[in-house]
Amino acid sequence: MARVLLFGPLRDLAGWREREIEGATVAELRAFLTREDADLGAALAGKGVQVAVDQAIVRGDVSVGPRSEVAFLPPMSGG
Amino acid sequence: MITLSEQPFDPGALLSQFTRDRTETGAVATFTGIARAEQGSTAILELEAYPGFTEAEIGRIAGQARERFGLHDLMILHRVGRIAPGEPIVFVATAAAHRRAAFEACDFLMDYLKSRAPFWKKEHGPDGERWIEPSAQDHADRERWT
Repeated sequence: MARVLLFGPLRDLAGWREREIEGATVAELRAFLTREDADLGAALAGKGVQVAVDQAIVRGDVSVGPRSEVAFLPPMSGG
Repeated sequence: MITLSEQPFDPGALLSQFTRDRTETGAVATFTGIARAEQGSTAILELEAYPGFTEAEIGRIAGQARERFGLHDLMILHRVGRIAPGEPIVFVATAAAHRRAAFEACDFLMDYLKSRAPFWKKEHGPDGERWIEPSAQDHADRERWT
């Protein structure tokens, strides 16, 4: 179980910003979300989407704890 | 100092505050970004951040700027939430002993903020809404510093 956060266009696509989701790794969370919504799954795997676990960017698959915060971050643009 | 603000701000007041009581700083450079109307196609700009993470990531690059350009100080204020055309969206100020470092650090920080800082920007206009991604030019601008 982890708290999943979506930002920017991912949040609009999914229709939610934050949810508790079953999964012990980032890959399991992705698989759960893809089974539920294939479009969202494709967008999460899209170009330039980064993942942060407990507010640190991670690459590849990593394990997540029961109270982890997992954020999917689409391409960023400020200023 | 790095601040995210949901409220409009006054760049002049920030500059006065930033330049006060400096006796060794010979140069302060600033940049103010303003939300454009785009000839009526943008009625409102909506900026989303990831509270905590956004400030920390900007802080990391601010640390790089301090070291690389030998800054005495810097200030970054970025709006979040809904922003109307004509309102300032970002303010960057840098303080250094001499002007070149202050100018370059300001340029460096803005190039980072445009395409690497954790913000997501949506335009609301008469034709609907649209998420904005950094342009090829924004990426090229940032690459100048690597």
